[in-house]
Amino acid sequence: MAPVVDQGSAGPLFQELKGKFARDIRAGWQEPPIEVIVIAKNSVARVARHLRDVLGFDALMDLTVVDYLGYPGGKKPARFEAVWYLQSFGSGRRVRLKAAVPDTDPVVPSLTPLFASANWLEREAWDMFGVGFKGHPGLKRILMYEEFSGHPLRKDYPLKEQQPRVEQIHPGVPPFGARPKALGGE
Amino acid sequence: MPEAEKTTMHVNMGPAHPAMHGTIHIGLELEGERVRGSEVEIGYLHRAFEKTVENRTWNQAIPYTDRLNYVSPVINNVGYALAVEKMMGIEVPERGVWIRMALCELSRVTDHLTCNGAMAMELGALTVFVWFIKAREILYGLLEEATGARLTVSWARIGGVTGDLTEKFLAGLPEAIKMTRQTVAEGNKLLVNNRIFIDRTRGIGALTRDEVVSHAITGPLGRASGLNYDVRRDLPYLAYDQVKFEVPLGVNGDVYDRFMVRVNEIEQSLRIIEQCLEKLPAGPVSADDQRVTLPAKTQVYTEMDPLIHHFKLLMPGHGIRPPAGEVYQAVEGANGELGFYIVSGGTDRPWRVRVRPPCFFPMSALSKMIEGGLVADVVPAFGSINMIAGELDR
Repeated sequence: MAPVVDQGSAGPLFQELKGKFARDIRAGWQEPPIEVIVIAKNSVARVARHLRDVLGFDALMDLTVVDYLGYPGGKKPARFEAVWYLQSFGSGRRVRLKAAVPDTDPVVPSLTPLFASANWLEREAWDMFGVGFKGHPGLKRILMYEEFSGHPLRKDYPLKEQQPRVEQIHPGVPPFGARPKALGGE
Repeated sequence: MPEAEKTTMHVNMGPAHPAMHGTIHIGLELEGERVRGSEVEIGYLHRAFEKTVENRTWNQAIPYTDRLNYVSPVINNVGYALAVEKMMGIEVPERGVWIRMALCELSRVTDHLTCNGAMAMELGALTVFVWFIKAREILYGLLEEATGARLTVSWARIGGVTGDLTEKFLAGLPEAIKMTRQTVAEGNKLLVNNRIFIDRTRGIGALTRDEVVSHAITGPLGRASGLNYDVRRDLPYLAYDQVKFEVPLGVNGDVYDRFMVRVNEIEQSLRIIEQCLEKLPAGPVSADDQRVTLPAKTQVYTEMDPLIHHFKLLMPGHGIRPPAGEVYQAVEGANGELGFYIVSGGTDRPWRVRVRPPCFFPMSALSKMIEGGLVADVVPAFGSINMIAGELDR
């Protein structure tokens, strides 16, 4: 089986974008049938607009964030990485845009003015990772409830953290899942 | 605006509303019977799938993928397994590929039967629902024969599947296909030319092709609006490039077209299953690859090397360890493109598993579908999405 990732060769789309946005395009490789292009985070709206209007990438298929805090698989330029996945239904081409997002300035431009699907996707990324999207018309939580504090998919959010929504009706009764006193609980 | 001057009335539909399947809240702004504004709220079934999977080993994620789309769990199993296999460069033997494909299509049929049946029921056609569910039950029986469970199948494994198909399954399949065809035809007789059904579904919840593309809606909803896209055909995985099937398309993008697209897709899926039965190759079902496949139990209990191998695959810190990197694998779920974006750190646990949930995208367009329409049309529009909260909220 051919290797999945061909780190060596950047695809035709990379060359095209490199010509237009020389300073914003950092790296590119292929993961057939997807082309992967690493860009500067603040350029995503410009690059995506060019991809949509000139090159025919008409849909934002997916958007997510990865938290690389303590990543064992190699050094990463920043804590977060935002990932956009664009597709052209006309030509069948696909591209994955990636951008490093530092912990100190976790904000990237919103794609909601370009793609309707970005609205909820960006809300989810904000909810789960606390990465903001500048220009989003109503950035608020989508899966978690409003009173929730923190961003659960961040690596430093503990797996078993609890934030009960309802006040204790019977004080003294341990919350659900807590160890009783007799067994060494608090 | 003071309450007395307001001309619209706020009505909460759900989350505890029978047509909202228990997990969706729509805040409706009504002017008489007209929907003037709406806000769709999701997340009531959020159970941290992605966070949980990051803290489990690679194979332990499989049972969690069952719970994404619990109406067609096999497709979710297989999608996840394919993603990890792509990452590790594993090739599943041909028989494994073909039986995966057959069961994926069987799941697609059960999913479409559920959606069409439930939508008809919500419009008052209870008979059709009962017929479709009866057909689905027979297919679930077959799935149970093949996998050991009706819904929570946990059937795929990285590198193959848990076991080969049984004689009983293969013997029962032709009869089940025949019966499904008959049930679908009978159900259609009651609905397709039915004046009441047509009045309730034609022109309701319509989306244009541009809207569908902008919302990245794939699957039956996209195709009902004329978006000619099917992952099975455009980005073949498993052995979909070796079977013949058509991709049905709609024109108006309304609830009626979505119903008809699903009806036609059931037929196409049955065709694929028949071709699978015909061409089913002989041989093993799991890859002969020490990195992922457990040795046979008979060997584990009698020989030293297989015993060591068994523990190497199951001990914490050992097990399956794909190389550091990332991969995206798309499969055609029953509701559209189901994608797994997986990042590995080279350890025995995934670093990140992102699911592209197919029904997330039509749900984001629900407000657009229902605004301007009647409040009674919210139900068929919502029903035609086939919202599965398991994958929507994860």
